[in-house]
Amino acid sequence: MPGISLKVNGHVHTVDVDPETPLLYVLSDELHLRGPKFGCGLAQCGSCTVLVQGQPERSCVLPVSAVKQREVTTLEGLGTLEKPHAIQQAFIDEGAAQCGFCLSGVILTAKVLIDENPKASDEQIRESMSSILCRCFAHGRMVRAIKRYQRSRA
Amino acid sequence: MKEISRRDFVKASGALVVCFSAAELLHPFAQAQGPFDTHPSHIDPEKLDSWLAVGSDGVVTAYTGKCDFGQGMYTVQTQLVAEELCVPIGKVKLVQCDTSVTPDQGTTSGSQSTPTNFNARNLAQAAATAREALAAMAAQKLSVPADQLTIENGVVSAKNGRHVSYGELVGGRHFEITLNPAAKRRLPSEWKVLGKPIPSVDRTALMTGSFEFVHNVQTPGMVHGRVVRPPEIGAAVASVDEESVRNIPGLLKVVVRKNFIGVVAEKQWQAAQAAKMLKVTWNPGSGLPPQKDFYDYLRKQPSRDVMVVNSKDVDDKLKSATRVLKATYVHPYQAHGSIGASCAVADVRADRATIWSATQSVYPTQHGVSTLTGLPLDNVRVIFVRGAGCYGLNAADTVTYDAALLSQAVGRPVRVQLTRHDEFISENYGAACVIEQQAAVAANGAIDAWHCETWTASHGGRPDYNHPGNVITGMLAGFEPETITAQAAVEPIGELHNRNNAVPSYLAGCVDGKCGGAGTIRSERVLTHTVNSPFFTGPLRSPVRLQNTFAHECFMDEISAHIKADPVAYRLQHLRDTRVSDVVKAAAKAANWDARPSPKASSARSGTVTGRGIACVAYEGDNGYAALVAEVEVDQSTGAVQPRRFVVAHDCGPISNPDGVRNQIEGGVLQGTSRALGEEITWDEHSVTSTDWESYHSLSLGFPVPAIDCVLIDRPDAKAAGAGETAITLSAAAIGNAIFDATGARLREVPFTPARVKVALAAREGGHTA
Repeated sequence: MPGISLKVNGHVHTVDVDPETPLLYVLSDELHLRGPKFGCGLAQCGSCTVLVQGQPERSCVLPVSAVKQREVTTLEGLGTLEKPHAIQQAFIDEGAAQCGFCLSGVILTAKVLIDENPKASDEQIRESMSSILCRCFAHGRMVRAIKRYQRSRA
Repeated sequence: MKEISRRDFVKASGALVVCFSAAELLHPFAQAQGPFDTHPSHIDPEKLDSWLAVGSDGVVTAYTGKCDFGQGMYTVQTQLVAEELCVPIGKVKLVQCDTSVTPDQGTTSGSQSTPTNFNARNLAQAAATAREALAAMAAQKLSVPADQLTIENGVVSAKNGRHVSYGELVGGRHFEITLNPAAKRRLPSEWKVLGKPIPSVDRTALMTGSFEFVHNVQTPGMVHGRVVRPPEIGAAVASVDEESVRNIPGLLKVVVRKNFIGVVAEKQWQAAQAAKMLKVTWNPGSGLPPQKDFYDYLRKQPSRDVMVVNSKDVDDKLKSATRVLKATYVHPYQAHGSIGASCAVADVRADRATIWSATQSVYPTQHGVSTLTGLPLDNVRVIFVRGAGCYGLNAADTVTYDAALLSQAVGRPVRVQLTRHDEFISENYGAACVIEQQAAVAANGAIDAWHCETWTASHGGRPDYNHPGNVITGMLAGFEPETITAQAAVEPIGELHNRNNAVPSYLAGCVDGKCGGAGTIRSERVLTHTVNSPFFTGPLRSPVRLQNTFAHECFMDEISAHIKADPVAYRLQHLRDTRVSDVVKAAAKAANWDARPSPKASSARSGTVTGRGIACVAYEGDNGYAALVAEVEVDQSTGAVQPRRFVVAHDCGPISNPDGVRNQIEGGVLQGTSRALGEEITWDEHSVTSTDWESYHSLSLGFPVPAIDCVLIDRPDAKAAGAGETAITLSAAAIGNAIFDATGARLREVPFTPARVKVALAAREGGHTA
């Protein structure tokens, strides 16, 4: 079987998997990335979110073959422990998590929204975040963190 | 003094849990040494070295049996050790929940972690013992009396300027002393690290995606498993057609053990495909009672009864009173619904097993795995690795059993990932309850007598040390769950036990002449019935306490409305415990409470209206105190309820980390709101039908989050109490009371869906004019 080539967080990888394999399994099991996580496997919660060519996608239902040459960015591709991205720093500053399992969906979805629409209204933020779940219900802190990032972009 | 080998061992394997080496298991298991909390473990909790080790670099490694699921226990226990030992927080490394290295502290549950490790015993006492021992060593070394020494940043100094560091005193060696119960704890007035809003130490790793969850554990040679659960409750395997998955590439094995079925494949996708395509013929299940009549069904089942309190004059008072109020409240089964479907990794070999699990109970799980695999207890090592937030008892234990069974069958490390469906159809749900209330009101408007009778569905629960059948995998593999045996109530003796908050805060709670309740009402009877549940149940955050408190606090509101009293003033009139009345007063003050009877006289009978409601609790009688004021908006045309503001007053004794407490309160109130407004397990004749996030309704990030104001009452001189389950206990009651205030409609069934709100609106006195 010929390998499938992927560009993830700036690095090119070749993986030997069934082309129908969801991207999430490749990122977790083959590339050992920790950011995107298996939440529901149904594209209903957001925990598996990655950016594909800059747009949020649910990697639990996206076949790896559909990614093709498009660049994949995971939560760990945004910033590092030493130098978090500005939106990650906003979440750190607000203490916007409890267990933190849902953060890929929350942070990556919010980042794209604010980057594309720095003046997004509260209503637009809610609309964009409406298909993302956090079962610890750190919602209040997360919304504050998104607005903190928004202010930093203004 | 002996060289520390355990510290080196942890350095090698504890921090990087994937680096397990088989050699470690051969030696560290000594004989069990004496009882501790719930069960003996080979790590003697009486020895200081079981809890703490100081390296030559001064780094303190502390070992705890209470673990962090996102509720902040890692950070706050790190603060505790730093505080008691007078070292900077960065010098403390906490090792959590590993049967090879940490003491057996039972299960991390029940808002007991802070009380357990911060009050008289355990981790705090170990750290205090170590500080005093280090001071004594320094006194000898510096030839200065210990009481003339000061300790700062792990350095002991004399007034003459001479000093010695912890690393120099004991670095790399054992203390070889026992825990000193008289070792002096540092006073809250001296605190430098505790009591401060230290940011949770996992924060940056979480936000940058580098934190290791159990879902991320990888071991050499690891393969992937999935399970195939019965499609109906009680269905048994008739036959399994292994041919149906013969063509799946990478498939290693189909594993059948009684009614447990799983598949193992090289890759996760292959295992997922095999689980989906495996043809299994099931015998029909046992059938389910119809959901629409379920609460009536519950009341008619044989039950195990407990009389919690009984003054024996309640019937007379209810008969003779001119005003008697009655109401029945019902609460559905709800899911823990962890955001991440559960996962575990097991490496079961012929003679030993290593398990990476997000279980709340590494030692009980060690026993369960030993029972399931037949391996000697001492050859099973369970290492906690955090999973998604669990809120009680999610499927972490059951998936651990799945992984152990599948790994044993293939002789290789197996990672099992449950699907959302697997977890939703068979988790240990929070219990469904029926709560019936009756009160006699005296001529002066005070409550003269209160009768409360509850029916709670129960089945299985935590597997603990001896009941692997209490979760689905154990039962499928042939172990019996604990069931309820019918038993009549006997009269209460000894003292009041109010762990389930079955007794409303307004009752005196008198047993054998001692009154342990928070209230003033002396004519009191509380009778509880526990009945067998058709579904597994478990301790979902504030188990039964939330359901009971919903009923108590709404009924209190109904009585105060009936006699046209202000709900805050009327509560205070019936409260004796000042810690409860203080949180009520503080919440009312911070909310700028509009003192008047409910419902609001000015509310229109149509359109969107607003109201406020209050609820309070002494959690488990004495494990944390909270009051919540909810302000809500109700759209009477649609029945939609939108909370606009919450104000919580909270007292958990001395506050270890105000930011951590606030995070728990904010999350708790909102999780409680989600449970109050939308969460409900549903089923048909055979199986559960709420199987994903479309059929089970959790408030998303798109929900307009109301402001949540917290008033923290610090009580440095009180015992430490829990803070994880207090606020959530109050959401349904406070919201229900606020809906009544806004509309005059009383919601007695959770969740308050728009359809139920509309029914309640239509049933209002004077009819529905919306």
